[in-house]
This record gives sequence, C-alpha cells and structure tokens, in this order.
Amino acid sequence: MAKREVDDISGTETTGHEWDGIKELDTPMPKWWLGMFYACIVWAIGYWVVYPAWPTLSGYTHGMLNHSQRDDVTANLAALKSARSVKEAALRDASLADIQRNPELQQFAMAAGKTLFGDDCAPCHGAGGQGAHGYPNLNDDVWLWGGKLSDIQRTITVGIRSTSPDTRQSQMPAFGRDGMLKPAEIDDLTEYVVHLSGRPANARAVTRATKLFADNCAVCHGADGKGNRSMGAPNLIDNEWLYGPNREDIADQITNGHGGEMPTWGGRLSPEEIKALAVYVHNLGGGE
Amino acid sequence: MDWHGNPPRNDAFSAPAMAAEGIARSDAVASNSAANRKLFKSRVPIYPKEVDGIYRNLKWAMMAVTLSIYYLTPWLRWNRGPGAPDQAVLVDLAHERLYFFFIEIWPQEVYYITGLLILAAVSLFLINALFGRLWCGYSCPQTVWTDLFIWVETRIEGDRAARIRLAAAPWTAGKVAKRVSKHTIWLLFAVGTGGAWVFYFNDAPTLLHQLVTGTASLGNYAAIAGLAFTTYSLGGLMREQVCTYMCPWPRIQAAMTDSEALGVTYRRDRGEPRGPHKKGQPWEGRGSCIDCNQCVAACPMGIDIRDGAQLECINCGLCIDACDDIMMRIELPKGLIAFDTEANVERRLAGKPARFRFMRPRTMLYGGILVLVSAIMLFTLSFRQTLDLDVMRDRNPNFVTLADGAIRNAYTLKLMNRTGQARTLTLSVSGLVARSVNVIGVGDVKGPVPLAVDADKVRTLRVLVTVAKPDLAASHGLTFTLSDGAGKESRHVAAIFVPGDVK
Repeated sequence: MAKREVDDISGTETTGHEWDGIKELDTPMPKWWLGMFYACIVWAIGYWVVYPAWPTLSGYTHGMLNHSQRDDVTANLAALKSARSVKEAALRDASLADIQRNPELQQFAMAAGKTLFGDDCAPCHGAGGQGAHGYPNLNDDVWLWGGKLSDIQRTITVGIRSTSPDTRQSQMPAFGRDGMLKPAEIDDLTEYVVHLSGRPANARAVTRATKLFADNCAVCHGADGKGNRSMGAPNLIDNEWLYGPNREDIADQITNGHGGEMPTWGGRLSPEEIKALAVYVHNLGGGE
Repeated sequence: MDWHGNPPRNDAFSAPAMAAEGIARSDAVASNSAANRKLFKSRVPIYPKEVDGIYRNLKWAMMAVTLSIYYLTPWLRWNRGPGAPDQAVLVDLAHERLYFFFIEIWPQEVYYITGLLILAAVSLFLINALFGRLWCGYSCPQTVWTDLFIWVETRIEGDRAARIRLAAAPWTAGKVAKRVSKHTIWLLFAVGTGGAWVFYFNDAPTLLHQLVTGTASLGNYAAIAGLAFTTYSLGGLMREQVCTYMCPWPRIQAAMTDSEALGVTYRRDRGEPRGPHKKGQPWEGRGSCIDCNQCVAACPMGIDIRDGAQLECINCGLCIDACDDIMMRIELPKGLIAFDTEANVERRLAGKPARFRFMRPRTMLYGGILVLVSAIMLFTLSFRQTLDLDVMRDRNPNFVTLADGAIRNAYTLKLMNRTGQARTLTLSVSGLVARSVNVIGVGDVKGPVPLAVDADKVRTLRVLVTVAKPDLAASHGLTFTLSDGAGKESRHVAAIFVPGDVK
C-alpha cells in the first residue's frame, strides 16, 4: 500500500483528493463512535440468531427464543381477562341495585363504565355526558325514557328508534312539513308551549291554541304538557329543551318533528358492560 | 524495596533525582495542574500512590461506614403490623408508598422529600463553609467507589510504579491475567452495588431469592445491569473525570466557600521557596518543601496541591498523609500540607497568628436556614395528619341545570386514611345554602355524614351539591370538611360553586 501523505499542521492523513491546492483530511472517526458502531453490528448478529429476523419464501426465521409479539398480545389479553373475570362475574350476577349498594363493585362498575362511555357514548353525549343540541344531557334530572337504573339499562340495550326489534320507539309528527297544521296554527301552538313553560306569551294566541294542543299534542305530551315517559314524550313545562328553548326552536320542532336515533348496544356490549354503563350514567348525577 | 514498600524502579523509567538524602524525587506529573490544562485533551491516566496515615485511615473508616449503610439498610426489618411491609426502608412504587422506619409517606406528601433535599443541600453548604469539601473527599459515592476500585487495582497490579510499568508493558499472559481479574472484581463490586439498589424498592429477602432463582422481574435485572455499568464505568474507568467534568458541585462550591473555610492547604508560607535538600545543608533561608512530588503521586485527582485551592481538589487529605510521612523522614515538623485556611496562610505571611473563624455571617446564615428548615420539618412531621381530603370540581359539564331551574355542581372527593386501621371519617359541607347534598352511593345527606375508609387506602366519592337558582348570583365558595369524628384531626378544603353561566 502506498504511503499516504500526512498533513503537517494537523498530523492527520489526507485522502489524496485535492482541489486547487486544498487537500482533504482523512480524519478518523472517534474511537468511542467506532466502538459503538462495531458493538451494534455484533448486537445485530446476535439479534438475528435470537429473535425473528429474516423473511423466507414461506415464512420467516423464528430465532432461538421463538418470540412472537402476537402471542404476547394474546397472552396479555388472556391475563387481563382472567384478572378481571372475578369482578366481571360478580357484576354479571349482581342486580343493579346490589351493584349500587356495594362500594367495591360500584367502583369497578364506575371505572369500567367511564371507559365504555368514552369509547361508545361520548361522540354524541359529550365526554362528560353533558349532551348537545339534539343529544340529551345525561347529567340532569330530565329523562325521556326514565332515569332509574333499570330504565337506563334498557335504553342502552335496545336503543331509541334503532334497528333492534325491541327498540324504544316514538315519533314526533312533522306537523308543518306534512301539512297537518297551518303556519298560523304552528305559531299559536308555539305561544302555547312557551306559556306552558311559565314564560310570558301572547294571551290570545294561547287561547286560540288551547284546542289545537288538546287535539294534536295532548295524546303524547299529556293535557298538562308534563310528557309521558312510556312514550318518550318530553315534559314541556320544565327548563330543558332538547332542540332549544326559543320560539323559533319550538316552531321548528313542531314543523319538522326532529327525532334522534340512539343505536342498540345489546349485541355489541356484553350484559355486564351495559350494567357498568348504566351505573356510570346513573351516577353522573341525574339517576332516580 | 524502597521506603514505601514498593519494589525498586527499573532504570529506564526512574530519574535518579534526589529530593533529600534518601528521598527520591517522584517523577509524577500533575496532569490536571493549571500549567497542563487545555480546553480539550484526552485523559492522561492517573496512578495514585497508596499512602498511609491518619486521613487514609479515616477514608477507610468512612468507606466501611457508608458502604455498610448502603448495603445493609434494606435488610433491616420493622414491624408495621399485618398487611404492611416489614422492611424498615422501602420505596414501594407499585403501591405508591415510601416507608422509612416509623414514617410512611404517600405520594401527596412528596414535600417531605423536598424538605430532606433542602436540608441535604444546606448541610452541604454549611459543612463546606466550615470544613471544606468533606462530602467530596469522604462520603460521595463517586469518590468512595473510586477509592474502592483503586484499592482493588493496587492489590492486583501493585502500587503506582508497578501499575505504570504494567500499563507500558507488552500484553503477556501475566498482564492479561491481572487485567482480567481486576475488571472481573470491579464488575462483581459493580453488580453488588446495583443489586443493593433494587433491594430498596422490593422486599429484600424475597427479591434475593428471586434474583438467585432467576424469577425476578426484568426491571430488576435491568436496574442491576444499568447500575453495574455506571458504577463500573464511573468508578473504575472515568474516576476523577466525573468530579472534574460531570459534577456540578465543584463549580457551585466555589461560590459557597471563602478564604476562612478549612481545606487541604499547602502552607506556602512555610514551604517556599522549595527545592531539593542535601543532607547537612541548613534549612535556614529556604522552605520546608523539598519538591519530592509525593503529594502529586498520591493525588487521585491528578493535581498539585501546591498550586493552591482548585476545583478538582476533593479534599481527601491523602497528600497530607504523603507529605507528613516525608516530613517525619527528614525530621521536620508535620503539617506542611494540612487542613488549614487560605486566610491563615496569608496571616502567617503577614506575621500574624493563625486563627480559625468558624462563626462567620456565611456559616451563621447556613446554620440558621438549617435550624429553620429542620424545625419546620419536625413540626409538620409531628403534627402530620393521618387523614386527608382532595376535592376536584367537575368541569365537564361545569354545572348542570335541573328541570326546575336549580343548579347542580359535582365534586369528586378523595378521602385518605393514612393509618393502618379502617376508620369512619365524617364529611360535611358548609359555607353554602344548599338545597340538597347527595353523596353517590350513600344518597341525600343532611349534615355530617359518616364514611368508612379502609386502612391505608383512598376512597373516591362523588358529591352533588344543588342550589335553588335564585339563591346565588355569582360563583360562591364552599368548604368540604373531613374529620375523624373524635375532634382530633380535621381537614378543610375550599371549593367553588358555579351557579350557571355567569355573564
């Protein structure tokens, strides 16, 4: 090998490349860096031997440890399931009232319910169950279909206007859109509903709408406007309005008869998961 | 054999310069001395010569004490009754508890650890202002383990001269055997160090059994491996570089020290002018230092103490032992290098008597802070509550409007029982005219409500407070109180009630 030129000033060998009299130094890599580099190569070879590494035509090399991340996941999930199985069984066997009375079981149900709520319910009802326009607030004491533990459990199981054959079903007619009431009648009815909720309203319109309400609305909402839970008909005299409290909101609802849909969770969640969710929702504060 | 029990030097290596009759001048070079210091340079290995004397013995004693404390503490037992660990000092990460003999600290009380750290820091400042860097020289793990590793090295490879010869020698079977055995023993000590560490985080006897049978968790093996690696590399390979380049304390202590602080000091008032001394020559008109360089040869930090105070000096005093030995041999008084102050050197040079000023504004301030923080710690620890309460207001939703227009706020409460017995604690809400207070799982409550909390546990509860709408116009304070029912302990936590969208 030819003797390489050494730069006088730095004492480092040159690469032999030269541009306009400027020579490139062949500065060696730092020793610690080289050491780590070679150590990594040795490590990689060891890794090939011990762990799955190389693809083959029909599969891959399994390595001495025969390690598989998929097996790890399966084992971890099984371990998690068995760790939870005792309390899950307790949840399955206990009645909703028993769960609520047993602090340990209640806490387990609350923790499980919180996670399930975040996964399945929060997209519509909000992270804290606070609801939104058209999506009921689950924190308050207003319930369309009942706020007892068993009511909540049933609502979650069958859903509302869902695909379940047992679904909770109600339909507010679209009185205006379907031509059942004239716009002037809808305006009068709106005044009537405003009056029902204890707010000042046009007295003459209220008088005019009395018969309209009795004919069209009272069958579901009741003669006094207090609603009917067996039909999911909202109470019209409280402060809660699913589609808004203002006159235009109310007129819109009478005209178009909005009705949201809640999916059925019966086939998608296990009975004990639904129990946990029911306990969680009940304990958000509005449970009866 | 020479006077220090070392084999005679070979000729190629020793310069026959004599510092005094019968005392060879060491060829040691202070690799970290001011004159040799550059911004970047590769390390020049240091081969400290083993010395004998009072400070060397003190260092052995301190090494024995500190290492014993470190290795033995996890094995001390402390009975806390059934269900609680019986290890005297235990950091139980899984259950979030820190046990220290009769004290059990919860994560919420981490301020006690903060207090301990402040105490440690102020003690360090105070000791430094009084007696110099005793911590560095005698109790810092870095110097203690380095000392231990140098001791092993000396036992296997011989003292300074032999080690230098070995380093320069070709790789023979004998050299390989010595090096392999040295590094093996270093690694054994290092593994033991990491091994002792994990015992502080687990039940020691159980973990030892698991470690030996190979059933301990991967984390424990990884911690042992990691600490073994750092001990081996920091104590065995990097040594003085850790103190000089990595540790912030030498830099900080420069601001914490002054000329009245004791430190390993070369008494230049007595030593200068230095120079070799021939037998029979008079000592008048010259200093006591015969420039034998034994202080440099003994220094584990590679400095020349005769340069004066410097940040590399860890105040271990090994140069004092080396120098005293020489002074005895040339029949001069000991103490040419001694624990002394820079101010005293200046005083003697000015013809004034030396004196030690331990009471200085600096030491009084550090002492005062130390007493104050200790008193606060002692007070809070002795009046530490065994119950505690956290209140977290629900913010999503911020408030709930009920059907009749009333407003409800929800709070998540954490009731903590720090005793080893299950207790019934009393919760009450005050400061607000509430229409109803509902504890989920208990129901509507009127007045104080008794709640059972398990031993050493936290009970989480949701509390709903409802206020009739016209009662409040703006945000309003309320207070949750948790008491032990016996009137001994109570905890008041202030919270806020939001009555709707406050415009």
